[in-house]
Amino acid sequence: MNDLIRTVLRDHGRLPVPMETLADSDDLYRAGMASHASVNVMLGLEDAFDVEFPDRMLTRGVFASVDAIAAALTELGLGAPA
Amino acid sequence: MTATADDLLAGVARAAQIAATHADDVDRQARFPREAMDELAGCGALAALVPVELGGLELGLDVLAQSCVLLGRACGATAMVFAMHTIQVACLVRHRKDSAWFEAYLRELVATPRLIASATSEVATGGNLGASSAALEPQPDGQLRFDKKAPTISYGAEADDLLTTLRRSPDAEPGDQVAVLTRRGQHELTETGRWDPLGMRGTCSPGFAVTATVGPAQVLPEPFDRISAITMVPVSHVLWSHVWLGIATDAFERARAFTRAGAQRDPAGGDANGRRLSTLLGELSLLRAAVAAGLAELTTATADDDFAGLMTMAAALRFNTLKTTASTSAPQVCWSALAMCGISGYRNDTPYSVGRHLRDALSGSVMVANDRLHATNARLLLVVKDV
Ligand SMILES: Cc1cc2nc3c(=O)[nH]c(=O)nc-3n(C[C@H](O)[C@H](O)[C@H](O)COP(=O)(O)OP(=O)(O)OC[C@H]3O[C@@H](n4cnc5c(N)ncnc54)[C@H](O)[C@@H]3O)c2cc1C
Repeated sequence: MNDLIRTVLRDHGRLPVPMETLADSDDLYRAGMASHASVNVMLGLEDAFDVEFPDRMLTRGVFASVDAIAAALTELGLGAPA
Repeated sequence: MTATADDLLAGVARAAQIAATHADDVDRQARFPREAMDELAGCGALAALVPVELGGLELGLDVLAQSCVLLGRACGATAMVFAMHTIQVACLVRHRKDSAWFEAYLRELVATPRLIASATSEVATGGNLGASSAALEPQPDGQLRFDKKAPTISYGAEADDLLTTLRRSPDAEPGDQVAVLTRRGQHELTETGRWDPLGMRGTCSPGFAVTATVGPAQVLPEPFDRISAITMVPVSHVLWSHVWLGIATDAFERARAFTRAGAQRDPAGGDANGRRLSTLLGELSLLRAAVAAGLAELTTATADDDFAGLMTMAAALRFNTLKTTASTSAPQVCWSALAMCGISGYRNDTPYSVGRHLRDALSGSVMVANDRLHATNARLLLVVKDV
């Protein structure tokens, strides 16, 4: 799951640093992800995992790290994080 | 409503009367509405949100919103100064955590009223509240220093204290921000231009270069993205909208007085203006309903555990829409009132003048550009489910 999350972040996150340099727990906003880009990440995740995030999950915090995104997807019933 | 809320509103009503007396002079001279602001300070309105445990009245946002309407009906600039100050107090109250420095500050605010201005926009980043260029720079003695070029600081020259957004540190990303409160004497403000705008002239909002040195205790303990989502943005949009509603309401009342005077002079005359007034009441009612709904939703969301609802994109979309809608419809109401009053509305020296109202209300769409908010909303609309 985390690999696919990383692929989405690489394609949509427009981070100023390579994804490989970030740990799963690193804060993506601190690493420079703009709020513009985070919306693209959400759309990308919904597409890649074929899910819909309910409004209560559409917050900055839920998309703040690879781990946080994995936890959110798990909450939506997508298997335990790898 | 409690006795203290009634007392406060009585004080605000007195201030509104004073504001109305000076509104034209404040507007003409683009001067600070000193007389009305002194009355607001005197009746405790500047500290009305401070919790009881810190000696304050702990009044609800509804009372402050109602105050903004009362003041807005009298003088848009006075109302806007009061709204902006109240927004800063709301941020301090809600995001102080258990900071001893901020608690002492709020106690002091109750005992001796102080006026707080804000420097959130920046020359480099414009009206994008969520990004800063200027940063807090740690000094060898443990103090923090900053330089910020602010395009607009309302009542900057009059304010006692200043709440400034900055990057957390020199190597922080633009979105990694904090809010810092500096007191008079700790900051130096150098005016970088004159203030000669179309409207809201009494807010006295020129650009300033700000430099300051403060202790770390004066940095609000919560990150600014949280302060912004939970308090600064929704409270700003709700209170500003109430100010614009107040301005539009007075423009409507002037058109109504004009229509009534016409009917008295010529009882047999046509009722064209009466019918226009009825249409205009519909427009005003829609604005009033939008503004009331915004306040009600904010009040409900504020009761959530840890303000969870306010952290969502759906909430951002909701309160951005309140702002763009109210700032668009308030000047339209003023414009219709002007059309009804004709030359009497267009002139600046009749009881039916609404030029100031129109000019003041037009500030709403540039006070954080509506285009910017629509661009943000366009993105939010791609992911938010329930609008
Ligand atoms: C009466 C008044 C008092 C104010 N008081 C204060 C104060 O005390 N403290 C403070 O910090 N600020 C204050 N402001 C806000 C501040 O002056 C401006 O809102 C802010 O500086 C933005 O300025 P700007 O319009 O040049 O920049 P921008 O926000 O950059 O916008 C400029 C123009 O660019 C376009 N634009 C920008 N971004 C986008 C986008 N993403 N999508 C589409 N179009 C876009 C818009 O058409 C916009 O009109 C006040 C404003 C007013 C009117």
